[in-house]
Amino acid sequence: MRFFRESKQFIIVMFILYVVLKILFISGMASPYIQQIIQYAIIIALASLGLNIIYGFTGQFSLGHAAFYGIGAYTSAYITKMFGIDNIFSYIPVLMLCGIISGLIGFLIGIPILKLKDDFLAIATLGFGTLVRVFFDNSDKITDVLGGSRGFVGIPKITNLDLVLVVFAFIVIITRYMIKSRFGLFWRCIKEDELAATSIGINTANMKLMAFTYGCMLAGCGGAFYANLYSFLHPSNFDILRSIDFLIIVIIGGMGNITGTIYASIIWVGFIEGLRIVLPSEIMDLRWVVIPVLLICIMMWRPYGIMVKKPR
Amino acid sequence: MEHIIYILQQVVNGLQLGAVYALIALGYTMVYGVLRLINFAHGDVFMLGAFVAYFLISKFSMPIYLVFILTMFSCALVGYLIEKIAYKPLRDAPKISLLITAVGVSLFLEYFLSLNAIFTPNYIAFPRPFDVKAYDFTFLSITNVQVIIFIITFISLFILYLLIYKTKYGIAMRAVSHDKETASLMGVGIDGIISFTFIVGASLAGVGGILYGIAYPQINVFMGIMPGIKSFIAAVLGGIGVIHGAVAGGLIIGICEVFVSAFLSSTFRDGVIFIILFAVLLFRPRGLFGKRIEKV
Amino acid sequence: MKILEVMELEKNFGGIKAVDNISFFIEEGEVFGIIGPNGAGKTTLFNLISGIYTPDKGKIFFKGKDITDIPPYMLPHFGISRTFQNMRLFGSLTVLENILPAIMVKNSYNIFQAIFRTGSYLDMEKDAYNRACELIEFFGLTEKMEYSASSLSYGEQRRLELARALATEPTLILIDEPGAGMNPKEIWDLALMIKAIKEKFSLTIAIIEHQMNLIMNISDRIMVMDFGEEIMTGTPQEVKKDKRVIEAYLGEELD
Repeated sequence: MRFFRESKQFIIVMFILYVVLKILFISGMASPYIQQIIQYAIIIALASLGLNIIYGFTGQFSLGHAAFYGIGAYTSAYITKMFGIDNIFSYIPVLMLCGIISGLIGFLIGIPILKLKDDFLAIATLGFGTLVRVFFDNSDKITDVLGGSRGFVGIPKITNLDLVLVVFAFIVIITRYMIKSRFGLFWRCIKEDELAATSIGINTANMKLMAFTYGCMLAGCGGAFYANLYSFLHPSNFDILRSIDFLIIVIIGGMGNITGTIYASIIWVGFIEGLRIVLPSEIMDLRWVVIPVLLICIMMWRPYGIMVKKPR
Repeated sequence: MEHIIYILQQVVNGLQLGAVYALIALGYTMVYGVLRLINFAHGDVFMLGAFVAYFLISKFSMPIYLVFILTMFSCALVGYLIEKIAYKPLRDAPKISLLITAVGVSLFLEYFLSLNAIFTPNYIAFPRPFDVKAYDFTFLSITNVQVIIFIITFISLFILYLLIYKTKYGIAMRAVSHDKETASLMGVGIDGIISFTFIVGASLAGVGGILYGIAYPQINVFMGIMPGIKSFIAAVLGGIGVIHGAVAGGLIIGICEVFVSAFLSSTFRDGVIFIILFAVLLFRPRGLFGKRIEKV
Repeated sequence: MKILEVMELEKNFGGIKAVDNISFFIEEGEVFGIIGPNGAGKTTLFNLISGIYTPDKGKIFFKGKDITDIPPYMLPHFGISRTFQNMRLFGSLTVLENILPAIMVKNSYNIFQAIFRTGSYLDMEKDAYNRACELIEFFGLTEKMEYSASSLSYGEQRRLELARALATEPTLILIDEPGAGMNPKEIWDLALMIKAIKEKFSLTIAIIEHQMNLIMNISDRIMVMDFGEEIMTGTPQEVKKDKRVIEAYLGEELD
């Protein structure tokens, strides 16, 4: 099928990566902690890819990406726990459902707020993120399982390397084809100049909504994996700092650069978690002091991201 | 009758909170008018005001008028430096870069000050410079805290009025918010106007910080986030860039918040404020007092 | 046949009448010039026709159809295309990527065809690519095809913007001040270019321009505007002779 044939190279790379990681995992060279981090890095890459579609490609600034990630996580946690799902095959439909629910909420929220631009969009998405956070904090009032501010405990551990990597590879291929098609081109036009995009006949409202919905779907899938990887969720995992995490990854990886986003996610997670092993916790507290400074410096020197190639 | 008294009482409590929001909202609205930037770090300047006042009162036991002056001065300095260090180099950069920088500055201030070596992330009791007394009238009870907040807010607004309507910089600032070109004809450099705006806005946030500390005497380095966002929403509600709009918006948001807490549940209070934001952005993006903008 | 008809159009900005009771029509196949001093409301008029602004009063008909309340992105699908006074190119996209989307808005493949890369998807992509190449060649930009739009020279950018507007296959094109910032030689080339595209793509053209020799040279009829109002409409000869026009606007330039 052309779908696979035209991504031969990428599939081979992913296969080699899979074999290497599998050997590391089975042989025990990677401790369970490291195994978890590797899967986590792929999950973060998946969700960041979603933000890159929304912000990097289409230019719609979102400070609420973690909310959609959280919606996916809580949905999956609830369904897998309530229905006692414990194997991959019954998990796949759950995963798809989580993506769809996040995407649907993104779609409904997107209809009104995507009319806004730049900083107003930022404040509106931030507002939505805060609302979702408040909802999670009080979720135990709806049903006790959700845990509210105590956190959601006892989620079945289903996420494993095989599933994460296959789903990830599949989504990267789909995303690349979307970007290559006219839809990807329309998104980039909107980012460059929305009025000019309108003037050549692009239905900008629909296209922005499509990008936003798709980006939120990816965040939802990532969140679902996350819930079933760590088996514990807390509302604070999905606050504005997490949204900023995603934003930093997109910026470091380069706006509108898929490969860059993947590398940046791995570097970012590796960097943070690596530091956690090496450094004592007092110095780890410095993390959110250093990160903003880093962010400001990037904005001053490379406003379009570190790994993005300069246009000729 | 009892209901009406209860409602009136909540209005007074709402105005107390709203006055603080109004003071913060002014800084947002003025900076937005001049730079078209949501200065995310503004809420942290407000927090800083509360902390400076805390130190001046508890460590140096200064008289209250000196506390106000020194706090305003420190906040003005911080506001000035934030603009010069973080925003000025990016003045020609894409808008989003500036916004991300503002978020960065905000996070930096919060997490730097939350280090255990500095303020720690814990709550600290704010020392009230006087004891709380309530004056009971036949229907209402008003505390001396509320009286002080209303008086100081009023004085601040009066000084602000003089500054922006009677001084060269103030007039130029309003001209810039209105139209970039005419301002440059007034013999005031744009850098000066921007600095002026940040200094005035930060001083007002400092006053807000002290009043907030007096009214709700528990302070912490993250206390600026929610009041900051709500004050911004107040500025949007009043019409961003419109000075009296920010005051009106702040009071309305304050009253709404207190009403939601009193009549529904305090868990919904943040939610309702954001619903107000969505409603304003969708149905009346120019706010209550904003002028219609339509330009390509 | 009247291709475009504007009736009693009016637009206010904060009490100022930017466009005040303007009525005119454009015949199919003609070049219709619009002149007037700065702030006369010419660009506002274009923005009203292309749907960026909604008029306070009045109607706009295109080929007999009421297009007054049509959302702006639909107009290229009807056959109206435009350029901007300040050239709104997609700066960091390549020349090819500036043209392709304008062609592809009329493609019909959906997202699933794109993801599964069906045969019809690839055919449509190929067609669009070929048409884009033709256009790029016609405007002499073939060598710059893979360059970003912002790296082109000013004249090249102007040509690219025309090419992009033509890629939507319009029957009516609104051109806003194409000659701004050009020297007499470039203006001359531009005049030839506009005449050439009119023939090749069988277009009707509405053009706003400040450069008198350009507009007098290419227009069949000219409308003169001032303070949002129409002063007169006529052939270039009639406009040159008209007293009101000379007083209001042309005086010094014709001396």
